[in-house]
Amino acid sequence: VTPADLLGAAILVALVLYALLGGADFGGGIWDLLASGSRKGEQRALVERAIGPIWEANHVWLVLVVVVLFTGFPRAFAAISVELFVPLVLLLVGIVLRGAAFTFRTYDRPEDRVQARWGLLFSVSSVLAPLVLGVVVGALASGRVRVAAEGARPLAWLAPFPLAVGLFAAALFAYLAAAYLAVEAEGPLRDDFRRRAIAAGLAVFACAAAAAALSFREAPVVFHGLTGRHFSLPLHLGTGAAAVTAFLMLFRGRVRAARAAAGVQVALIVAGWGASQYPWLVVPDVTLASASAPRATQVALLWALAGGGVLLFPALAVLFRVFKGEKPFSVVDRPR
Amino acid sequence: VSDLLAARGLFGVSLAFHIVFAAVGVAMPLFMVIAEWRWRRTGSAVHLELARRWAKGTAILFAVGAVSGTVISFELGLLWPRFMEFAGPIIGMPFSLEGFAFFAEAIFLGIYLYGWDRTSPRLHLASGAVVAASGAASAFFVTLANAWMNVPAGFEMRAGVPADVSPFVAMFPPGWAHEVVHVLLSCYVATGFAVAGIHAFFLLRDRASAFHRAALRIALGVGGAAALLQPLSGDFSARQVAATQPVKLAALEGQFETERGAPLRIGGLPDAERMETRLALEIPRGLSILAFHDPDAEVKGLRDFPREVWPNVLNVHLAFQVMVGLGTLLAAAAAGGLALRLLGREPPAWYLRGVVALGPAGFVALEAGWLVTEWGRQPFTVRGVLTTAGSVTPVGGLVVPFVAFGLLYLFLGAVTAALLWRQIAKAPVGAGGGA
Repeated sequence: VTPADLLGAAILVALVLYALLGGADFGGGIWDLLASGSRKGEQRALVERAIGPIWEANHVWLVLVVVVLFTGFPRAFAAISVELFVPLVLLLVGIVLRGAAFTFRTYDRPEDRVQARWGLLFSVSSVLAPLVLGVVVGALASGRVRVAAEGARPLAWLAPFPLAVGLFAAALFAYLAAAYLAVEAEGPLRDDFRRRAIAAGLAVFACAAAAAALSFREAPVVFHGLTGRHFSLPLHLGTGAAAVTAFLMLFRGRVRAARAAAGVQVALIVAGWGASQYPWLVVPDVTLASASAPRATQVALLWALAGGGVLLFPALAVLFRVFKGEKPFSVVDRPR
Repeated sequence: VSDLLAARGLFGVSLAFHIVFAAVGVAMPLFMVIAEWRWRRTGSAVHLELARRWAKGTAILFAVGAVSGTVISFELGLLWPRFMEFAGPIIGMPFSLEGFAFFAEAIFLGIYLYGWDRTSPRLHLASGAVVAASGAASAFFVTLANAWMNVPAGFEMRAGVPADVSPFVAMFPPGWAHEVVHVLLSCYVATGFAVAGIHAFFLLRDRASAFHRAALRIALGVGGAAALLQPLSGDFSARQVAATQPVKLAALEGQFETERGAPLRIGGLPDAERMETRLALEIPRGLSILAFHDPDAEVKGLRDFPREVWPNVLNVHLAFQVMVGLGTLLAAAAAGGLALRLLGREPPAWYLRGVVALGPAGFVALEAGWLVTEWGRQPFTVRGVLTTAGSVTPVGGLVVPFVAFGLLYLFLGAVTAALLWRQIAKAPVGAGGGA
């Protein structure tokens, strides 16, 4: 195991956490857009309540991935930035509009018209961002992005497989968010999100099937990684078991168990993508080894990540305990 | 517009926009924590109200700062991939540590903003303090990276590629301390005077408002203290720049000739064609004294350097004059405020009007100072090693994202200003004596 492998693993861990936390925030925005029925307003209020205190922290994972990439694998960062310029700029527009609109909605006047305007901007950009994020992942995995082959090809990512991965990402995040929100809701609102989680789960399945079918021709490296490696079978069994468990629990109304199973399912999907693409950062031109920074930098970066993690994870634990814990006061409030 | 110019324009707009929110993110949490601490100590209701309102303002500004900062982390690669390919491994350390500081800010600001009724008083106040400290830490780390671009260290160039990289040497290049101190102080000065200006405006309308009086005391106290320290830090900076970046010093002073006992020029228009600075008020030997603390010291002029490494002398000199001029005014205002406080007098109307007028001055000075260091390093991104033209992306059509982000930032800036105005304008008028 080289420092480059460890850094690659750190990036993958950060991406899994970004999917589980930031992804669910995007999903919350998707349910804001798709709010319907007699409890439309309550659904939106729940989404706002659920992500308000935590969304900013959840999106730092993406910044961390960017920083580790340009410090540890500078050539990959440069290549990705040049070749995927267009979708990355679209991603930035989505991220900016989404965060700004969410905050403006919270602090602008409470009139319905004003709120609806910001809400629409927030929810539409919540769909745009995961779509583009998925497209970027699909493009990196497919081998369509060739590094400086014949000059920059700004639209190389525009193909069925990356677009399918984009839809897959949006469906996955919507599914995850609905599973989380079902826990935080009560009464009929809980059933709303339970049903939404089941519907989104079916969409995840459809998108996954489509992406897998397309990958056979369009992303042979990932297809091979997902079918022919020693970890392939256990990975699929694990993901499948988590998915089936999540569905069963959603049907039976055991929302906490469903949330946990859905989280495991999403984590395995993201980790499985990373593992099947190993050792490539950009298929087929850039590997962890070929893009590596000098060893001194990678080792120093690993220490920085370890030290930062020691501070970060307890802080995150406090955050989630305060806002998502059953009894937030128990850990943080001592009798005076 | 050439792609290089569009790239510089886009990055410049992004940074000029973000830097305001970043500076607020350093200073505003401190104000809000001081207000909350006063309330917890004295039970003064005015201070509780102040902490809550400042927290709302901080929430809006931090959110815009967070997303515009995310944009910059991507733009480093989108616009300057050759720079990042070169510099990423060398200055990645401060950026990665900054990532964790940003995490701490986001986590504890979430706890602070939404946790008024969910956490113990001690955890709440401590969360605010962590936000204030990690905001300063973020600025500290990011400025280290900029200091390295000005005075690169911690690697050897071999055949055009960096070798023998030592990330911890690169993290603290010569002159890091002066830049970090100067930047941190500027955040407190700019934010302090902007906040003080707003509250002074309302205080002029309603002199009895305990709310605005308390706000003015805190904002002007912190901002004024920093404004009084800033000239000392500026002196420290000038000597460092003279030692490590002589071209920049010559440009910002409009010094074309190498001479002993060089004069300090106030104002004036440098003319790069004729190699002279006209219309300046010259203080004999002033520059030698300031830059080297020696009236006879030799100051290198631009003539001693090849023309192709000159920055745009006019821009750099004027930006520097703006920064120093406004900084001097702010320090004078701070001294006046301190004198009034020592005399135990309430600020009179003329003083409040002055504070209102100086409200934007701190941020104008901060932006000007940032322009001085960035324009002053041109034509290089990494001084003496990598040019800006050699850093830019091969992707074409950059004018499109330049215009798009320019409009986006105008829109965000306008909405943010409107929301903040509403937050303050509906403040409790005449909520006197709550204490």
